[in-house]
Amino acid sequence: MITVAELIREHEEESLENRAYGFWLYLMTDAIIFALLFATYVTMFSNTAQGPKPVDLFDLQHVFIETLCLLISSVTFGFAFLASVQKKLASSVGWLLITLVFGLSFVVLEVSEFLEMINEGAGPQKSGYLSAFFTLVATHGLHVSVGMVGIMMMTCQILFKGLTKPVCSRLFRLGLFWHFLDIVWIGIFSVVYLPVFI
Amino acid sequence: MQEHGHSLKSYITGFILAVILTLIPFWVVWSSSFSAKLLFGIITLCALVQVLVHLRFFLNISLKHTGKDYLTALFFAGVLIFIMVGGTIWILYDLNFRMM
Repeated sequence: MITVAELIREHEEESLENRAYGFWLYLMTDAIIFALLFATYVTMFSNTAQGPKPVDLFDLQHVFIETLCLLISSVTFGFAFLASVQKKLASSVGWLLITLVFGLSFVVLEVSEFLEMINEGAGPQKSGYLSAFFTLVATHGLHVSVGMVGIMMMTCQILFKGLTKPVCSRLFRLGLFWHFLDIVWIGIFSVVYLPVFI
Repeated sequence: MQEHGHSLKSYITGFILAVILTLIPFWVVWSSSFSAKLLFGIITLCALVQVLVHLRFFLNISLKHTGKDYLTALFFAGVLIFIMVGGTIWILYDLNFRMM
């Protein structure tokens, strides 16, 4: 005989599994969006319209620090998730806050790079190349910012609701999103930044 | 999905591999003593391997333990990306070449 409580728990688990799969499908569609922005960027690469050339705009050291920030934040998110699985509330929140700090430093670095470029007269309206550059890199930056809002919301949920099953499941899905953004960044530094310096 | 497959070891292994695979392309471009073709090759190879490292150690995807639905969606997205990105670059470069 199945009790009502068991039935509810079973239903909850199934529902959370479905959400994880749905979120995975969303990530795949997001990957396609990014892939096409990459394709646009590559086809626009030489269309600088007498404007500034990419080699004068980028700073490799800056990009390297951004890369490290994002990579470290990816790992610290992993630690937060592990702590949540082990039901260590304080450590989970602590790692999430560290993740937030690294995510924020990434966004600050990126925004300062954009502002510097725009001040030098290399804004997105200058050439087809710069439009493609700003669209691709800023779409990624926007995703990271949304992810940071997600991290703040999850921190509050963990603090107020505790590490319940639905909260852990949300944290897991946010983790998928966060790791996914790091994968997109590999593409950005390999396609956008590094080839310019060859 | 595999919420319980994650471990501290996998995150740390992934992080070390990712750092190495990031340092290699930055270092070769920085010191830049190779030919352009070789540099492109190194950057591409490191990026592809690093994507696999992230998928394996951070997203915890494995051919054995990850559900079929997830892998199908992943491979389908991969095929779509290959067709659309490859097609776009091919057509537009060809067009560019003929318009010269």
